[in-house]
Amino acid sequence: MSVKIRNDKQGRKTTATIYGDLDHHTAKYIRSEIDRAIGEHNTKTLIIDFSNVTFMDSSGIGLVMGRYKLISELSGEVQIANPPPYIRKVIQLSGINKLCRIITLDCEDKPDDTEEKDTADKTIITKEQDHETENSQRA
Amino acid sequence: MKQKIVNELKMSFPSLSENERFSRLAVSGFLSQLNPRIDELSEIKTAVSEAVTNCIVHAYRNTTGLIFMQVRIFDTSKVYIKIRDKGCGITDIKKAMEPLFTTAPEEERAGLGFAVMESFMDRIKVRSASDKGTTVIMEKTLKTREGFV
Repeated sequence: MSVKIRNDKQGRKTTATIYGDLDHHTAKYIRSEIDRAIGEHNTKTLIIDFSNVTFMDSSGIGLVMGRYKLISELSGEVQIANPPPYIRKVIQLSGINKLCRIITLDCEDKPDDTEEKDTADKTIITKEQDHETENSQRA
Repeated sequence: MKQKIVNELKMSFPSLSENERFSRLAVSGFLSQLNPRIDELSEIKTAVSEAVTNCIVHAYRNTTGLIFMQVRIFDTSKVYIKIRDKGCGITDIKKAMEPLFTTAPEEERAGLGFAVMESFMDRIKVRSASDKGTTVIMEKTLKTREGFV
C-alpha cells in the first residue's frame, strides 16, 4: 500500500493516487499523507484516484468523508477518480457520490491488465461526463 | 433440502489491524476451491473485512483479544462465515446496524460496516452480550456452480 501525491500549484489541485489495499489498517497512513499535502499546498480541489486500489471496505468511505469535511471547510471540492466496479458499489451504497463527483482521469500508472474493468468504467463514466463541467477533468 | 458441509476452516488470531488483510485473504484462499466469480469473492472479502474491523475497532477497543473465524462450504455452494469475539459486546444491536451510526467518529469510521455486510451477503445474523462478546454469522450462496462435490 502506498499513496502518490501530485500537486498542481496553479489550480490548487492535489491528486492522491492510492496503490494497494485500502482498509482500516492502511487508511491511517493514507489519511495523514493526504492531509499533509492539503495543508502544505492549500488545496482547493482534491482528487482521490482509485485506479490502482486492489481492495476497499467502508474504511475508504470514512477516508473520503473525512477529506470531504476538511475540504468543504476550505470551500473546495473532493472528486473520486476511476473507481473499479466493485469499489463503485461500496461508494454508491454509502451515498458519498452525492457529495463528491465521480470522474475519469487519464493515468499513466493505470495497470495494463484491466481491459474488461476499464470498459465497464468507461460506459458508466460517459454517462456522468454529460453532467460534468469542463474544468475538472484532466490531470 | 438437507445441506452437507463439504469443507470447513477454523482459525483464531489477535485483534491487530495487520490481520484485517490476512483474514480476508485466508477466506479468499479457502473459497478458491469453489471457483467463485471475482465480484462474488470481492463482496465476501469486503464483508469479512468489515466484521473483523468491527472486532478490532469496537469489541477490543484499547485492548487486544482473540478473533475467532469459522468458514463452512456446503454442497449447495453456500458459504457460511462466523466471526466471533469476546470483547465488550453491543448494547443496542438494532442501533449499531443503522447505516451511518458509529461510536468511533474520531477514527473516521463511516458507520457502514453492517450495511455493507447486509448488502454484500445473502443473510446476516448478529448475537451479542455486554462484556461477553459478539457473534456475526453471514451466509452467501455462490451463483457460479450448481453444487460442489
